[in-house]
Amino acid sequence: MNPLLSIRDLALRIGGQPILRGVHLDVHAGQVAGLVGESGAGKSMVGRVVLRLQPEDAHVDRGEVAFDGRDLLWMSEREHATFLGRDIALIPQNPMTALNPVARIAPQMTDVLRMHMGMDRDDALARALESLHDVQIRDPERVLRQFPHELSGGMRQRVLIAIAFACRPKLIIADEPTTALDVTVQKQVLRLLKRLQRAYGTAILFITHDLGVVAKLCDTMSVIHAGRIVEAGPVAQVFLAPAHAYTRALLAATPRYDRPGEALQPIPAALTEQLWNEARTLDTGAA
Amino acid sequence: MKVSVRFSFGLAVLLTLAVLALSAPWVAPHDPLEQDLLNTFQPPAWFETGSRAFALGTDSLGRDILSRLIYGARAAITVAAVAAVLAALLGSILGLLSGYLGGVVDAIISRLVEIWMAFPPVLLSIVLAAVLGAGLHTVVIAIVVIDWTRFCRVVRAEVMVQRSRDYVASAVTIGLPPMRILASEIVPNVVPLFVTLLSLEMGIAIVVEAILSFAGLSVANDTATWGSMIQEGRQYVRQAWWLMALPMGCIIVSVLAMNALGDGLRELVDPLSRSARR
Repeated sequence: MNPLLSIRDLALRIGGQPILRGVHLDVHAGQVAGLVGESGAGKSMVGRVVLRLQPEDAHVDRGEVAFDGRDLLWMSEREHATFLGRDIALIPQNPMTALNPVARIAPQMTDVLRMHMGMDRDDALARALESLHDVQIRDPERVLRQFPHELSGGMRQRVLIAIAFACRPKLIIADEPTTALDVTVQKQVLRLLKRLQRAYGTAILFITHDLGVVAKLCDTMSVIHAGRIVEAGPVAQVFLAPAHAYTRALLAATPRYDRPGEALQPIPAALTEQLWNEARTLDTGAA
Repeated sequence: MKVSVRFSFGLAVLLTLAVLALSAPWVAPHDPLEQDLLNTFQPPAWFETGSRAFALGTDSLGRDILSRLIYGARAAITVAAVAAVLAALLGSILGLLSGYLGGVVDAIISRLVEIWMAFPPVLLSIVLAAVLGAGLHTVVIAIVVIDWTRFCRVVRAEVMVQRSRDYVASAVTIGLPPMRILASEIVPNVVPLFVTLLSLEMGIAIVVEAILSFAGLSVANDTATWGSMIQEGRQYVRQAWWLMALPMGCIIVSVLAMNALGDGLRELVDPLSRSARR
């Protein structure tokens, strides 16, 4: 079966500095694909390119981003915008800043429904109420009338998840959706995300640095370093038999509840050095 | 909703000024132009030599100060309201376009603002007064022409900040069209700043009117304005200091009130500070 989202050889630079060096990534319909990497590995940038949210000075050198057989990368901005919200949605990283502070929750939730589903105000409000129930928010009628600053971080993230799922998109890009939340809330939000994903058969590109989350949530995973995918495969396979030295190093640096006594290993400097050298060779080869 | 003391003070002063300005012919005890040469330099009524007939005294031509101050409020309020609003609208619209569209539009508007700000403002208003002739409309035009840059710059900067905010990116990702994002995400977030700037500008407009009157560039001599009263009073400051002090007091209180009003309004339109005080 063809993947829903297929990224081929995506290369991008910002101000001449390579950020992505030929990324390959597949997300299959109805599956959760994890994209794991350290800070600065380029994992968020992959999601942003799909949504065309990359910074203005970013330049895509080459590559292909196919969604449902259509190339998102080179189509007009107007055409690309028709996918956003309806077919592809985003769950942003920081719920504290992702809602408009001067608008109440209701219009922020209904905008997307009225825009893409052609609903009128009342239908959209009814649907918004229903989606707030879906994300297990207590007293949703009240929440709809509130301003974002009156809600906790966890509640805001639930609202944002509700907005992302509102039009039942085929693909959701979740850019570290739990990083800004505390651990207990994180767990609830992840469980919720998984439940909705199963219920609606949504594909998710889950961007994170947390291998534990990947193990729990994802079907497939890709490991990214210095703008290239060093290893990809089904989660069980990558965890049980990591093929790449960097993946093994990452796993050794992650706390494991099944092996609590084991000392964590930092990623060896020599390995990082070697990977960066490879990446730079790639740059000079391409130039 | 509870409103702050500052806001109430500002609103009260502004309303009083507006009512006085509108009803000047009925509330003023005398004709502001009526001369009484037998009663010149009368001190205010609370002085020993003051008289009840002239509550705040008379000037060098025996004109009633209180009446002149009340009529002067007309000029002040007109200038404050009309000039400030026009300058705010012109500057903000240009600032909004400049900050949101960026690129060529931003470059053109920003260069224009820079060139504009390089002109000495007093010189510009003298030129305008020479071309348009003295009068209240000249003052209004001068303020608009000079002060739109103030709004343009600040609004542009704020729009650029707003544009890079996460919720604007979120709005993009749900597929809202650019003009819709401008209207529903950016403009509402610029409004608190706009309101604050507008009220400051109203205070500035009152002061500018006084300055132009003082320089003899405002309205004709037969109309009472606070600025022209200060200018006339200046010559007699040793004999009758109140001639200058009273209109100055009016200006100071009005400007303070505008600033307080702006702060209060900003709190009212900004949900963040609104709930912070709850």
